[in-house]
Amino acid sequence: MNFTTRTQINFNKVADKVLAAILPNEEISVNFNAEETLFVRFNNSKVRQTTSVEQTSLEIRVQFNGRTADASFNLTGNTEHDQAQGLKWLEILRKEIATLPEDPYQVPMTNNGSSESAHTGKLLAAADVVEAIVTPAQGCDFAGLYTAGPLITANRNSKGQSHWFATESFFMDFSIYNGQKAVKGVYAGTEWKQTDFVKQLESSKAQLALMDKPKKVLQPGAYRTYLAPGAVAEIAGMFRWEAMSYNAYKQGNSSMKKLADKEKSLSPKFSLRENFGMGLTHRFNSLGELAPENLDLIKNGELANFMVSSRSAKEYGVTGNAAEGYEGPRSMEISSGTLAKEDILKELGTGLYLSNLHYINWSDRPTARITGMTRYACFWVENGEIVAPIADLRFDESMYDCFGENLEAVTNFQDVDPEVGTYHGRSFGGKKIPGMLIKDFKFTL
Amino acid sequence: MLNLHKTMKDISNAADWVSLRQLSEKTTWRSVRDEKPVTNAIVFTEGIMVEVLVNGQFAYAATSDISDGGVKRALEQALLMAKKSSAHKVHPFTLDQRIASKGRYSSPIVKSLDAISAGEINDIFVAATKAMKVSDKVVSRNATAMIVETNMKYVSSEGADIEQNFSIVSTDLSVTAADGNNVQMRSDSGGLARCLQVGAEVFDRASLTQRAQRAGEEAIELLAADNCPEETVDLILAPDIMTLQVHESIGHPLEYDRILGDERNYAGWSFVQPSDFGSLQYGSKLMNVTFDPTIEGEMASYGYDDTGLAATKQFLIKDGVLERGLGSLESQARLNLPGVANYRSSSWNRAPIDRMANINLEGGTQTLEDLISSVERGVYMKANKSWSIDDYRNKFQFGCEYAQLIENGKITKTLKNPNYRGTTVKFWNGLKGVSAKTEVFGSPFCGKGEPNQIIRVGHATPHCLFSNVEVFGA
Repeated sequence: MNFTTRTQINFNKVADKVLAAILPNEEISVNFNAEETLFVRFNNSKVRQTTSVEQTSLEIRVQFNGRTADASFNLTGNTEHDQAQGLKWLEILRKEIATLPEDPYQVPMTNNGSSESAHTGKLLAAADVVEAIVTPAQGCDFAGLYTAGPLITANRNSKGQSHWFATESFFMDFSIYNGQKAVKGVYAGTEWKQTDFVKQLESSKAQLALMDKPKKVLQPGAYRTYLAPGAVAEIAGMFRWEAMSYNAYKQGNSSMKKLADKEKSLSPKFSLRENFGMGLTHRFNSLGELAPENLDLIKNGELANFMVSSRSAKEYGVTGNAAEGYEGPRSMEISSGTLAKEDILKELGTGLYLSNLHYINWSDRPTARITGMTRYACFWVENGEIVAPIADLRFDESMYDCFGENLEAVTNFQDVDPEVGTYHGRSFGGKKIPGMLIKDFKFTL
Repeated sequence: MLNLHKTMKDISNAADWVSLRQLSEKTTWRSVRDEKPVTNAIVFTEGIMVEVLVNGQFAYAATSDISDGGVKRALEQALLMAKKSSAHKVHPFTLDQRIASKGRYSSPIVKSLDAISAGEINDIFVAATKAMKVSDKVVSRNATAMIVETNMKYVSSEGADIEQNFSIVSTDLSVTAADGNNVQMRSDSGGLARCLQVGAEVFDRASLTQRAQRAGEEAIELLAADNCPEETVDLILAPDIMTLQVHESIGHPLEYDRILGDERNYAGWSFVQPSDFGSLQYGSKLMNVTFDPTIEGEMASYGYDDTGLAATKQFLIKDGVLERGLGSLESQARLNLPGVANYRSSSWNRAPIDRMANINLEGGTQTLEDLISSVERGVYMKANKSWSIDDYRNKFQFGCEYAQLIENGKITKTLKNPNYRGTTVKFWNGLKGVSAKTEVFGSPFCGKGEPNQIIRVGHATPHCLFSNVEVFGA
């Protein structure tokens, strides 16, 4: 029996036990997460570390008398032991609830339906991983992380709701180096094809060859700039950091407040939406609510919707849209435009071609100003020709400028930017992002 | 339940060397907004990491199945991956990189965390958020606690036998005030920066309420303040922003795994070269920086790292000269440089990597008043709000919550939206004043590593005065 199957059987038995222990006037939900993952870390085209992780955890939420308390714990796979642990934590939560103040914005549990989705992948056998990667990486300075295995999330509640999502996936997140010059690549999916990985690695090697010139040092200032999809994806990540949160808007912390209040606008070329139709992650949230398959957030430069959780909906008396508690997009897409790949350098003319950005933070939220660094394959371009790689630059730029009147063109293609985060456990999802041509992108250091 | 010593006895011959690291950790979150409860959640995690050495290659396998069967499956997986990767290892490691220490460590606490209930903490936070409401212009009031209780046991086939218990509390108080689209935030020294190894004594109602009220008053004060000017001036940084300055521009660049390139696909590389140790004038002669996991109560104190190496204090920078980096026994062997006891993992499900612990800037001889009175024109900034630095840890830009203008040796007015930027070595060589008194802060959230890990760090720092720094507002 494979990990996914035996995990599902154990989860359901433990959930049955916990949900059956409900007392009058209580509501109980369980959220479940599991993974069986092989991580292999590479440096200098060699193996730095390997870590295999098998972990499952169950979170129990109890609601009673207007109070809410949560507890999560790891499951062992021994059903009797895990059921006993579940009942133990249930009792701990009941005792805790008795001491808590009432929560006026508690969301009553409902039955949001049932779903079951399981995707089987074709992954490398653990014994074959090292050779599959090290062999084609010979001859270059290769660093990165290979990650693969089953990944599961599920939700049930005492109202009869039940959701299960399981997938088998991998990513090889890598970079290759020529001294301090580097190129980034990610090969990700559900079916490992050695020829595809080698092809992508060779493409990265070819890009690295373009950097085999002395770095050009540029002075701070405003430059005409092409942001490749990887660079736009880094900025797009900021839309998950309270920008699109209705609660943050009401609390004064959303960087899109001026857009919402119509004091500022973005370019008609800029549209952002939640799109679960891309199939990158599950639609149900941790309350088991099904998010709409498509939800416009910013449409042609104007705010269409904030992300609204059921808790915010109750607090502020508005309609929710099944957002997760943090109210950030989980399956983000920025719409494509008209700029063809073959025209990018020509339309850029003279300026900067930035493949990636790094370590972005808000430098001033009310004006949606962000700061960060250039990273990896970034070039100076003159008259449509790549001239030289650049020394790293710091930018400090408002989204209202770069996604506003300074946004000249959006590419007619999008790249999938897979989620490669592994804090605590592997993440689901990704983004679909185009490139953008921007005038007067501001660099400060 | 697993008997760690018996299990080790059963598997000790399975490889050239074997260790078991069992960890259980309870993290409790309590948060209140606008006098209403938001979060009361416990995250309890428990599992075991099996580590093996085969043909000079370490490999790790972790499981939440803490039974003999679970350990056996993990052992087989670790053995498989050690054997498969040993032909491509970055270095031929030996038992010299693991220490068979025996010992115990426990956080110093006055009052057990069991002595305070969920209800009592919620009650204190309701009072704190009430105290923040000093004006109708206050639009958001938050109080949060992150309470961590950890037990870690470590045994090895060479006889290591270590147990460490940690009790850690991080608190956060924050207020947002708004006047139209003029929005200002003030907190209690930055997001969860007040973090210590401590017990329930940290939940002092009077102190928390007083600090909450001050945060509210300063948020309102900021609404009426001038924007921070854009100019190059003297800059005084308070300990609650110095903690970030030390962390980002000293701690990270001195990590040996960055210097070796292990981190370059994620967190980044370092401008520091191995040849810089012993010669690089990192900062002015007033700069003395230590790695010190032995300070009672500071966030990242411990007895041993995850190789079993006992924690000791070491100078990293002395009189401004770079002396030593943050490298574990593995990195020391790869670089042939001395290091520190810093091979740390975030939990049972991650392998250890080179980390900071408590990285402290030693106090000088002056008072804060001395520093202020020595400035003809400058800015005094407090509490970090925004942070960004490049992947070589060179060009940084940091923002603060609150600032004051200094003119002719005196504070003259409050400034809002203060930011500053610089490059690491030039900035630290501009250090021209250090207060004697230090204050202790830290962070529960230092992110790094592949797979990603979050670890706790501590930073004790004085007030510092820097010359010729670019400051600017919004």
